Amino acid sequence: MNRVVDIANLSHRYGSVVALDKVSFNVERGELFGIIGPDGSGKSTLYRILATLLVPDSGHASINGLDTVRDYKKLRTHIGYMPERFSLYEDLTVSENLNFFASLFGVSVQDNYDIIAPVFGQLERFPNRRAGALSGGMKQKLALSCALIHRPDILLLDEPTTGVDAVSRSEFWDMLSRLREHDITILVSTSYMDEATRCDRIAMIDRGHILDIDTPANLVSKLDENLYNASATDMFGLLNRLRELPGVIDCYTFGATLHLVTRAYFDIQKTVTRLTESGLEDVRISRAKGNIEDLFIKLTRDEQH
Amino acid sequence: MYRQWTRFFVLSLKMLNGENEMNGFGSVIKKEALYIMRDRRTMVITLVMPLILLLLFGFAISTEVNNIRLVAVVDRHCDATRDLLERFAVNDYFSYLGEVNQVDVEPLLRSGKIDAALFLKTDDGKIIPQIVADGSNTTSARAVTGYIMGVIGEPSASQPVLTYTLYNPQMKSSYNFVPGIMGMIFILICAIMTSVSIVREKESGTMDLLLVSPTRPGTIILGKLIPYFVLSCAILAIMLLLAYTVLGLPLSGSIFNVVALSLIYIVLALSIGLLVSTIVDSQLTALIVSAVIFMVPVIMLSGMIFPIDNMPGVLQAVSCIIPARWYIEAMRKLMIQQLDMAYVIKEGSILLLMTMVLLFISITKFRSSR
Repeated sequence: MNRVVDIANLSHRYGSVVALDKVSFNVERGELFGIIGPDGSGKSTLYRILATLLVPDSGHASINGLDTVRDYKKLRTHIGYMPERFSLYEDLTVSENLNFFASLFGVSVQDNYDIIAPVFGQLERFPNRRAGALSGGMKQKLALSCALIHRPDILLLDEPTTGVDAVSRSEFWDMLSRLREHDITILVSTSYMDEATRCDRIAMIDRGHILDIDTPANLVSKLDENLYNASATDMFGLLNRLRELPGVIDCYTFGATLHLVTRAYFDIQKTVTRLTESGLEDVRISRAKGNIEDLFIKLTRDEQH
Repeated sequence: MYRQWTRFFVLSLKMLNGENEMNGFGSVIKKEALYIMRDRRTMVITLVMPLILLLLFGFAISTEVNNIRLVAVVDRHCDATRDLLERFAVNDYFSYLGEVNQVDVEPLLRSGKIDAALFLKTDDGKIIPQIVADGSNTTSARAVTGYIMGVIGEPSASQPVLTYTLYNPQMKSSYNFVPGIMGMIFILICAIMTSVSIVREKESGTMDLLLVSPTRPGTIILGKLIPYFVLSCAILAIMLLLAYTVLGLPLSGSIFNVVALSLIYIVLALSIGLLVSTIVDSQLTALIVSAVIFMVPVIMLSGMIFPIDNMPGVLQAVSCIIPARWYIEAMRKLMIQQLDMAYVIKEGSILLLMTMVLLFISITKFRSSR
């Protein structure tokens, strides 16, 4: 396997704010690589460096062996970049947008239609609609088509599913899987932890720091903690009580329930009785299976200690 | 910068030959033109506003004083006073409202019913005229007293003073405003519109996509500026057409010089817009910066409305760095005085120099912000 993306000790700061702190990782050809982290964790800075728009303070990044600083001109034809917001010309129509980005790269839409076909398919029906009048999901597909039209080797997608409905999000990941048949390496960032499992490998990033890099399955298996689901009628009261219990390491909201990380001596039955005695109703605690989000919370917790 | 221009030249040639390689350049121009035309509101404002301003300043707003409401206070009538008042009654510039008592003059002036009062006192058989004018508007007060003195004449002077007003004998203020409006409109359209359009791309993130493409930054910017240049040329044509037909500016050979100098000024305004766009990050700031830093000085300090000679020394010095000042001065010489290019060499070269400097700074700044 050959490395497409090679990042070594990349650091960048904006004034006194550290955006990236000695980030290093590699991405292999044809991989669907996810970068998972909350807002402000440095994802977009990393993308701007890879897209040759930003010169890092220190460290190196290269794509296809081309340095993002030294060889930026050559590199630009290799990458397809889709920034955080769907950057389209809202007053231009769907086909005008596509044609514009094609001609910017000196290619024709016809020659490369095969590659965008699975993405662009639904948009074919209204080529004369203004981009501004499209729904979030449609804008996302058009933006992806525009980023793909010049057959890049590597796609840099910065939070492509933010602001898009759940159905379109899932469709979007299906499209990314299909794109890999064209041998395109995809670097996708997201703040939705549930999307992480759709990637081959993921890098977890927080405050400019890489926490861990592995396949989603391996990462979840690293979660060796005692994890429980907890719920009660008064969720907020439950959260406060649980945090005061001696055997509890951490407690945080997780969807509609609470996730509880405990020490080995934690006993479900005793805790339920104790909580019910203190006035909480309908207290339920059960064993839970952790996922990427739990791991992320664990890793950020470990960092702080 | 030299490389930029040669590249631009080569690209233009290729475009004429219909070659494929300049795709990026051509498509940026096409896209920007489409974008301008799609935005109907902007399109209408940019094309209609110059017309309205030109006609408004040309007809409605004038510094000429007409219909001066005048009363007279006469202590003793004689042939001479009657003859004098008769002259005011028949004069088109005055509406003579008759004689009043001396005590009524002040209330009339105060209530704004009259603009001036003429006192005629007879002393030793000689008439001593005295003018009392409403000085709340100094410009019109000066004009009013001037007119009245003109009608009275200087009976004692042995030699009457002959006055000729050259170039604009009827003192039509519309003539005076045409160069001023042009100086303002081009800053408005070129500087504000280009800076807003570039900053809009920064805001929406499309500028990043343009920069990531293999098309060079300089080419992108040039491609973005050209539609605005063409639009400005269209506006120039409309304004000149109006000035020479509706406003009746005398047409002469100097019109070619007018066009040439205006083109330089348009390029200058475009580079101001480019410079603003490299400094600010939001459309609103671009608008405010262009409006406050460029529009206000153009109106106040360029000599468009207030004569530069009347300003305090400091402001006169400041006005020297305002491009519109030189443009308006040159335009007045070319359009109203109908002088040759030789008389505006100073203004022309200052404008050219300013254009070069601004263009250089803005392109360098734009490149460094890659």
